[in-house]
Amino acid sequence: MTKKTDQVLLDRLADAARRGDISRRSFMHFAAAAGITASAATGLWGTSAAANPSRGGTFRWGVHDGNTSDTHDPGTYVTRQMIFLAHTHRSYLTLIEPDNTLGPDIALSWEATPDAKQWTFELNPNASFHSGKPVTSQDVIDSLNHHRGDASTSAAKALLTDVTDITADGDHTVVITLARGNADLPWLMTDYHFAICPSNGDGTINWQSGDGSGPYKIDSGEFGIQWALSRHDGWHLDGAYFDQVSMIILNDPNARQTALVTGDVDCVSLIELKTLALLQRNPDISVDNIPSGGAITMPMHCDTVPFDDVRVRTALKLAIDRDEIIEKISFGAATKGNDFHLSPVQPYWPDDIPQREYDPDQAKSLLREAGQEGLRVNISVAESVYTGAVDMCVLYAEQAKAAGININVVREPSDGYYSDVWLKKPFSAVSWGARPTPDVMFTLAYKDDAAWNETRWQNERFNELLLQAKAELDQNLRAEMYREMCMLMRDDGGTLLPFFNNWVYARGKGVERPENVAASWGCDGARAASRWWFAA
Amino acid sequence: MGDILGLVAKRLGLGLIILLVISVIIFFMVELLPGDIAQAVLGQGATPENLAALRKEMGLDQPAVVRYLGWLKGAVVFDFGNSIVTGASVSETIGERFANTLFLATYAAVIAVPVSIVLGVLVALLRNSIFDRVANVATLTSISSPEFFLGYILILYFAVNWGMFPAIASLRADMSFVDLLHRTFLPALTLVLVVTAHMMRMTRAAIINLLASPYIEMARLKGTPPWKVIVRHALPNAWAPIINVVALNLAYLITGVVLVEVVFVYPGIGQALVDAVSKRDFPVVQACCLIFAATFILLNLAADVGAILTNPRLRHPK
Repeated sequence: MTKKTDQVLLDRLADAARRGDISRRSFMHFAAAAGITASAATGLWGTSAAANPSRGGTFRWGVHDGNTSDTHDPGTYVTRQMIFLAHTHRSYLTLIEPDNTLGPDIALSWEATPDAKQWTFELNPNASFHSGKPVTSQDVIDSLNHHRGDASTSAAKALLTDVTDITADGDHTVVITLARGNADLPWLMTDYHFAICPSNGDGTINWQSGDGSGPYKIDSGEFGIQWALSRHDGWHLDGAYFDQVSMIILNDPNARQTALVTGDVDCVSLIELKTLALLQRNPDISVDNIPSGGAITMPMHCDTVPFDDVRVRTALKLAIDRDEIIEKISFGAATKGNDFHLSPVQPYWPDDIPQREYDPDQAKSLLREAGQEGLRVNISVAESVYTGAVDMCVLYAEQAKAAGININVVREPSDGYYSDVWLKKPFSAVSWGARPTPDVMFTLAYKDDAAWNETRWQNERFNELLLQAKAELDQNLRAEMYREMCMLMRDDGGTLLPFFNNWVYARGKGVERPENVAASWGCDGARAASRWWFAA
Repeated sequence: MGDILGLVAKRLGLGLIILLVISVIIFFMVELLPGDIAQAVLGQGATPENLAALRKEMGLDQPAVVRYLGWLKGAVVFDFGNSIVTGASVSETIGERFANTLFLATYAAVIAVPVSIVLGVLVALLRNSIFDRVANVATLTSISSPEFFLGYILILYFAVNWGMFPAIASLRADMSFVDLLHRTFLPALTLVLVVTAHMMRMTRAAIINLLASPYIEMARLKGTPPWKVIVRHALPNAWAPIINVVALNLAYLITGVVLVEVVFVYPGIGQALVDAVSKRDFPVVQACCLIFAATFILLNLAADVGAILTNPRLRHPK
């Protein structure tokens, strides 16, 4: 390569980086191809990447969904307050990069044996807890074991059931052995429960102190009210531009929006969709409307009449006008679903599956074939499933009338909906949070023997593929298998998936973010505090 | 004086029995809520094994009566137990919250009580004038609007349009007292607007009621100026009903502030109670409700004692 072409390539790379077209890792990769040493490339990335973040300031972050009764226990993480705080003061083995690829957090690198049964993670020797203690293999092992074993109350226990052993190979190497091969293990480690906490030395972790190895350390705070954090000098990754982070719990949507408008906070984690259009008119506020992996599903029990007939299921899937629902119920803050539970921002999403559209005539003829003309079904729903969930079902019922289907909307109490209605009523509406990989999602809710197989769907080919794909390290083969599984879900499964809901959050004046934001959670994969900055 | 002490003792004894009954009712009402605490803590993501493990850890595998008696045993020696969800002691969990609520209630009361009594006397003096009408219409309008609506109106004008006060009342430990008053002004003002009408109108009604009495007639006939007739002659006899309505409103300032707390994101006890109910955290719910019940009992007692003290006929019974 001549010096001239070298320079051209470099300039192009730098431009792409500035626009945010390529991730840091692809940048490093291309730069290496261009013959630049790693350290030079790192420096180049730093200078050219999007708008040169400046350091300083206090990021006041208005967060919804926080309770007084929340705790620091990673096993019970459930509210946004806990999740956003966890990504701000703690670290994980791996993380989701702004371009939704997998990247390193505490683990510098990882590799598997060919059968994907044993994974070795090399830890970053620079990682340290806020107390000053370095992060060692023991901390990682005890943090993961917190979610294993009979006594564990962790909500993430199911993700680690295949793990048979976790051992240390020196201070900075962790080896995880699995009963069955799992090519997704590094992805699983991004799950918000698997935060790394300091070990007590006796196999347990000290989660109570709130110590972590993340970008910011907790100075003071109280669950359900607010948290004051300051930068952890010596954090092992790039970023953490703000000097301080003040996380304020604002559960009331109106209080949240007013606080943003009056400048009492710099960012709010959720805005009400009804006022989305109004807020977008305010020149001082930038609204981010980012597709997510979270979905609304309407599961039908495949073993219950009339849903045991695939023609009836398909007719019900054809009788919904997703565009109208997204426009009227979600105010545009949703991504159209195609009846398979994998969103465009998730790994292995097949981009070539034809979109299912509203087709009442075809639905009608399918029902005629099945001898179910004038079908009557009940759908159970509660307002807590999704803002406007009841309206959504009423609208669906209206749309289905064109196909001769009578849907009776049963409004259930929000309290106890997931213990008394979900999995029990044959047709209901459910909201799902995003899972890191298709394997996790499918194993959780579509596998024949899954406790949460909400459609009671039994498909031999699907279950066979699911097990095969799990241990397949060849990316192309795997993608092909997931594509086939998605087709099966779409055409045979019991799930009507109207849409994936978007993350909708807003930033006040002066808060800058990179071109790409992670879609694993709202506010840049819950990492706004360490990835965003104030305009200089 | 001895009679008053006797009355206080008797009423306090009765109050304790009422609190006991309330605690039983609350416990079984929490039991009646669908779903249980383990389900509420682990959320939608719970598996049956998880739930069983957590229930055992929280002691939920014991029968309800045993759990209630266990709580009661602690409560009689003022140990209200630990929050089932967080494991922290209940007094620690709600202590600061309750202090915040008391602060806001005091702030509002310090403004509302003098303002409404002075206004009440003034409108009684100037009854049926324009001033009387305007004051009545204004206060009735504010009491008829739901608190959250009043709160939003105040936020719209004072915070968004004029930028005079902050829209959210989040507190910080290092705030100066003046900062604190500034930051919590809008929630306090909302409460003032809500309770003023009631107290003002009661003052007005109580005074006007007395104006037809012969002794007021006498005072007028001997040439006492109208303001003196009301302040010196009518008001002392009107204290009993006024004190009653003031006590009722003070209790409301403490127990009825949930909506105001939500609108202004004020870290008070109402929000803690709502959180605890949604998590079925019985000890915290119980403690909050008992605080509310005790507030009503004590303020009612104070009102009765106040009424006796201001009325010589009750103070010196024949």
